[in-house]
Amino acid sequence: MGLELPKYPEMEEDQVFNFTDSEIVSHVKQALASVLSGDNNSYNQLVGVMHHSKHLAPDEVALLETTLKALAGAVSSIDITHHDSLLSAIFCMSMWNYGPHVADALAELIVSLAISNGKYLDLCLGMLVSNFTPPPYFLDKLKMPHGLERKGKVLSRVHAAFKKIADYVPLAPLRLLTIVLQGMPTIYHKDRAIVIYVENMLKLESGEIGELVGSTILMAVVDRLIELDVEIGWDAILQDDFSKGIFEMELEDVDDIEESAEPDVGEFRLSRKSLAGNSIAELLDNLLVLTFEHLESCEREGRLAKVFETLLQSFRVTVLSAYKSKFAQFVMFYACALDPENCGMRFATMLADLFVQDSQPQPTRMSAVSYLASYLSRAKFLAASSISSMLKGLVDWCLEYCEAHDADINPNAHRVFYSGCQAIMYVLCFRMKVFVDVPRLKSELLIPLEQVLKHKLNPLKVCLPSVVEEFLRQAKAASLFTVCKTFIFDGLLESELSRAFGGLERLDTFFPFDPCLLKKCDSFIRPMFVFWSMVKPAYDDAFDDDDDDDGSSDDDLVQDFVNENEDIMNDEFGKSFDEQGVDMDEFDYALKKMSITPKATSNYKFGGRFQEPARMPSRIRPSTSPESL
Amino acid sequence: MEGLSVADANLVMYLHPSKSRNVSQSILRELGSLLFKFNETFDGVLLAYDVNILDKQAKILSGVHPYFGLRLKANLLLFSPKPDMLLEGKVVKLSQESIHVIVLGFSSAIITAENIRGEFKYRTKDTEELFASKSHKRHVIKVGTMIRFLVKSFDEEILHIIGSLISAHTGSIRWLDRHLEEDSEFDRSSMKSRDREWLGDKTVDEGATPMSYDNHIKMSKKRRITE
Repeated sequence: MGLELPKYPEMEEDQVFNFTDSEIVSHVKQALASVLSGDNNSYNQLVGVMHHSKHLAPDEVALLETTLKALAGAVSSIDITHHDSLLSAIFCMSMWNYGPHVADALAELIVSLAISNGKYLDLCLGMLVSNFTPPPYFLDKLKMPHGLERKGKVLSRVHAAFKKIADYVPLAPLRLLTIVLQGMPTIYHKDRAIVIYVENMLKLESGEIGELVGSTILMAVVDRLIELDVEIGWDAILQDDFSKGIFEMELEDVDDIEESAEPDVGEFRLSRKSLAGNSIAELLDNLLVLTFEHLESCEREGRLAKVFETLLQSFRVTVLSAYKSKFAQFVMFYACALDPENCGMRFATMLADLFVQDSQPQPTRMSAVSYLASYLSRAKFLAASSISSMLKGLVDWCLEYCEAHDADINPNAHRVFYSGCQAIMYVLCFRMKVFVDVPRLKSELLIPLEQVLKHKLNPLKVCLPSVVEEFLRQAKAASLFTVCKTFIFDGLLESELSRAFGGLERLDTFFPFDPCLLKKCDSFIRPMFVFWSMVKPAYDDAFDDDDDDDGSSDDDLVQDFVNENEDIMNDEFGKSFDEQGVDMDEFDYALKKMSITPKATSNYKFGGRFQEPARMPSRIRPSTSPESL
Repeated sequence: MEGLSVADANLVMYLHPSKSRNVSQSILRELGSLLFKFNETFDGVLLAYDVNILDKQAKILSGVHPYFGLRLKANLLLFSPKPDMLLEGKVVKLSQESIHVIVLGFSSAIITAENIRGEFKYRTKDTEELFASKSHKRHVIKVGTMIRFLVKSFDEEILHIIGSLISAHTGSIRWLDRHLEEDSEFDRSSMKSRDREWLGDKTVDEGATPMSYDNHIKMSKKRRITE
């Protein structure tokens, strides 16, 4: 094959030469060898070509491409000490700056260099890893179509190069792993390089060398998520308004909040607004979305079960031990939602096992049961049988504990026990309807539960008052059992006793799967999430008889709505989240158009004819009287 | 193939107190972390191990963290290639400039054009690249061939070997084994020492094949068996 070379100084100006590939390679080899004897001219020219990278004319591009290809053939002549300027020029090159041909030639050179000598392997892998992120000027262009296109091309070449190197140097993935982990941008990098870096890491995990490096990479990603999570202080999202109960309000749609003039109510005013400006929250949001999408692709490829094992281990080691993780745990939630029977149950069983193990430290056990309680309450995709079996396990454990410990009330001494009881009550607040409908469950579960609650240890007095109050209200309405003593809480969220058992870490008020405040993340989680507004507490049945005309007209309104949107409703019901073709925004708009009042929602049967739509107008107050509506 | 050895080792392993709950798992994990890495103490790359605990009692070290020391007896499979050893590997990439080989599935080796004896010429046959011997038509090296080569140097960090095909008893294993048997009948007394500096176009004369001492022993053993 002939090639036309543009002018080199030593050639005559008017002549055009055709060279074969091997001639060019030997020319380059000569240039390299001549350095050893002191003649640097041709070598310096070579280095010059490599450095010239911006605003290249077409013939300069061709020259660069030819030089790179020739160097690839001459790698055995490159010496690490004598040719260090050439090497540093090569390693500084970024594939993002060039078109496809030069990028290909560069990738080929790097691969040849890496496999030629052990000394260059780390440097070459490092160079490829540095190509994960574009140069600073390109970062803004990433969102535009031509930027995305360039990104796709560069990344595919980089990952193909990894595969090629791994083919010829089997231990390369190990070295690559170290380099990738060391090169992770910290969360303080202003240029947001971490998002695209993590994208590359996940691509490695799903790529051809994924088997070798995948699990370590996933754990590193989760570590980074927790790091970001920890950076968002609880004070950024909490506002101290302990006067209202937990179940009063749940943030569902930030638009509603902005529209209404009514002042926000609700304890732990989980305000999405205060997170809006927080750049770390935005970063975490983007990374979580990346992870979710990655999990989706794992599920499509059938690898989710294996990936889940790594995630589970990572959760145990990193998330569970982090102090009150805020959002990182939603990775587990989403993974479970993708595969409820296997992964969903696996997660629950792991948490339950941790709880019952005496050898685990107390905070771990209490944390585990808080996660379990929140998970069982909020996971829309869990079957009632799974929830009941988990609950039964908890109740049995609590009963055993009661029988083994014939003691009086003492929050400090029996922290694990009280957190277990609170967990049971919390889950029943959300899932009471399910159990009331099944008589067998009533006897299996509720009789031992009654024994536990009436024991000397007195969990009803120690556990979080708002949870206990809600639970008792529902239990009474469902005629589960009656409590002789009345508990007056005055709508208190917490009491001294609950604080005592919660301890310094305040594990009494830890509900990890409360609605996610990160916007993009939330849109993924919503379809499989149980909002409090969707739960029809047992005591609302009592209000049905008090319907006045307003109520009936609402009924008609509801019926019309139902008729009109029957198809959408039916599509919603029983569909797995990723099959939902329903455009949520469209549906939401239809809902708003009908302006269904909160009261009307109590007519929807929980788990009955149809599932409630995932988005409800907010401000549902299940415990209020009809007048307020 | 040279370079592989089995060693008996008496080891003392110090474990952190948190590992005391499951000692055998911790031992296996510790030893596992040494796999496929060059170890100075063993003077080789650990490929496989078999370990037994000698004593159920372990000595606790005094210090901030009371590590405890376990005495173990282990059987270790080590790989320690030294210069002038003959190794065998599979060719994975072949070009005019170099031959890339993988040894034992984990160690990469490269033989550059300068280290391939002149007997071999680079050819492209039906888009397949290969090195063919000028003197022996059947002696061909291409992708997938198992070859025997000499070690020039060994990078202990990356486990990368630089090899050479200069000596006469390097090349495609299949061809070598078949033909060295025939050659063993010839002059065995002309045992020249291996000359690594052999360059240029010297072709190997069939009659005066220099053989290594090891091969000599092997050959004579073979003959004894067949007789």
